[in-house]
Amino acid sequence: MKILVPLKRVADPDNANKIKVNGGKIDTTGLEWKLNPFDEYAVETALRLTENGANTKARLGEVVVVTLGPKETETTLRSALATGADRAIRIDAGDDAIDGDTVAHALAALIKKENFDLILLGKQAVDGDSNQVPQLLAEYLGWPQATFAATIKSEADKALVVGREVDGGTLNVRVQLPAVVSVDLRIVAPKSVTSVHTAPTHNYADGVRFAALMQIMAAKKKPLVEVKLADLGVTAAPKIEYVGFELPPARKAGVKVANVADLVGKLRNEAKAL
Amino acid sequence: MATKILVVAELLEGKIRKASLSAVTFARNAGLPFSVLVIGAGAAGAAGEITAFGAEKVLVADDATFNGWTAERFAPTVAAAVKNGGFDVLAFTASSFGKDIAPRVAAKLGAGYAPDISSVSNEGGTLIYRRPVYAGNAYAKAKLLTAVQVVSVRQSEFTAAEASGGASPVEAIAIEAADAAASKVEFLGLEAAKSERPDLGDARVIVAGGRALKEKFKDILEPLADKLGAAIGASRAACDAGYAAPELQVGQTGRIVAPRLYLAIGISGAIQHLAGMKGSKTIVAINKDTEAPIFQVADYGLVQDLFAAVPELVTELNKG
Ligand SMILES: Cc1cc2nc3c(=O)[nH]c(=O)nc-3n(C[C@H](O)[C@H](O)[C@H](O)COP(=O)(O)OP(=O)(O)OC[C@H]3O[C@@H](n4cnc5c(N)ncnc54)[C@H](O)[C@@H]3O)c2cc1C
Ligand SMILES: Nc1ncnc2c1ncn2[C@@H]1O[C@H](COP(=O)(O)O)[C@@H](O)[C@H]1O
Repeated sequence: MKILVPLKRVADPDNANKIKVNGGKIDTTGLEWKLNPFDEYAVETALRLTENGANTKARLGEVVVVTLGPKETETTLRSALATGADRAIRIDAGDDAIDGDTVAHALAALIKKENFDLILLGKQAVDGDSNQVPQLLAEYLGWPQATFAATIKSEADKALVVGREVDGGTLNVRVQLPAVVSVDLRIVAPKSVTSVHTAPTHNYADGVRFAALMQIMAAKKKPLVEVKLADLGVTAAPKIEYVGFELPPARKAGVKVANVADLVGKLRNEAKAL
Repeated sequence: MATKILVVAELLEGKIRKASLSAVTFARNAGLPFSVLVIGAGAAGAAGEITAFGAEKVLVADDATFNGWTAERFAPTVAAAVKNGGFDVLAFTASSFGKDIAPRVAAKLGAGYAPDISSVSNEGGTLIYRRPVYAGNAYAKAKLLTAVQVVSVRQSEFTAAEASGGASPVEAIAIEAADAAASKVEFLGLEAAKSERPDLGDARVIVAGGRALKEKFKDILEPLADKLGAAIGASRAACDAGYAAPELQVGQTGRIVAPRLYLAIGISGAIQHLAGMKGSKTIVAINKDTEAPIFQVADYGLVQDLFAAVPELVTELNKG
């Protein structure tokens, strides 16, 4: 199976509460860049689908990672190469010049040039929380989509049975490849991803794999090519314009209550919440 | 210049989901005339539930193939309804269904998409959408630059519309052929934990538990939830560990909720969790760690072992 995993770097989500707004714009100075966690899960999923879990050295498929971003985002691509992806593509674009729609158009153009069986994305990038690129991409390609995947079972690399996390529970679908799948948090549980290559008894470690120093060194030699938006016949024409940013109103500081009776009293008489 | 809104109403078990009434509120707040599209198998039977909300029309797309919520099947009909009706704003609720299908319809219409909006203002015909970014640590104001616009609205921030009387005319619309891709998706079924409790999105009270509850998650929380008529929620850690079902996850990447009362029990208060509940009216935190970040947003904090505090709370509530 040949899989494309689109990646986005985001300002370190664990420091999102340090976000500043200056002159109506988001100020990310001092925040570190990280790979969007959901994309980390997508890479892990792609690797699990293209290997035998008992012998992860032999690759049984190809995982290509791609990002739209400026030169610095190559660090993000290299980190994915270090964890095991086979090669990388950077579509050159300024962070400000693109919206999700441009990303989807560019990915669609790239995919039309080169055949992939599966596009695996994160369900959302945790900076803008837009949750749109996978669905837009599926429409532009005319492919089926399975969003919010918590489990994936690959059937002879021809179809996937996907357990989708939806509001009311888990919705199961079977999609024929090629398809677009976006992954949710629990896709990296020990038995969430299964394929014909790995024995059903195999248990993965919970979460994503980390790159060893050797792999980080080796990743420097893996192929990484740059493509221009124009080469793909795409112009960045954002459909959304951000006209300003502001910080949320602060919540008024609360109080500590002495005991359960005190809590119930305050909920009844002060907050009138019961 | 936005002039006319189409609101998509979701069906669940043959009834219109209450969440859809948030999208009606959006239309009212935008100050523009609107119609409602009820789509799904059995839509015709449910249309009557939404005729008293001030819509110009209630459009109905009822077809036996509209089960299982496949975007590839629904999107062509929704897009055609927008085109044929001359609508320029299409509003979904930001539910898992709305988020799945909205971009797909936007792409068909060449429309821009503003997801998860928390408020709207109409500035001389231009709609300005406010939406949270960075886990709710900032709000962005955005406008869409396209003639047709698609939005999904947060149920937590648009209170469900109340009926306003009147009787909107009901009109069946044509069902479009599904996308070719629809034949590549087979709906196998929805595994839903049957529960008598309110949906997290509709609940007035939520009792939410964290990793600290371990295997006792249900034993400890259910009596309290029963007493309060509450929905049960959970942190990601509690879901990941299997103590709570995944659909109970509250947070940036789970359900976004804003009940009148939210009780966070054994939840540390990571920013991803706060992003999903800090809009609640009154927040109570029970945690044995005085330094837990949840106390920074809690109106009432109780520093105590939850295994003692929660049963005691149930007893105390039973007293009066
Ligand atoms: C991409 C991404 C998305 C995420 N999305 C979400 C999300 O949507 N929702 C979400 O909740 N999290 C989310 N998280 C996870 C989040 O960062 C935290 O890891 C998680 O919320 C922690 O859950 P917790 O508070 O239950 O567990 P912990 O952090 O382990 O906290 C347990 C708390 O219980 C207290 N405690 C322990 N024992 C007792 C006792 N006996 N009595 C009283 N108190 C006790 C402890 O003091 C502690 O504060 C996300 C993370 C990532 C990376
Ligand atoms: N600039 C980008 N380059 C590559 N992939 C992206 C980019 N932006 C978003 N994506 C992908 O689309 C997913 C959803 O992002 P979003 O729709 O922005 O929430 C992410 O998890 C990535 O997999």
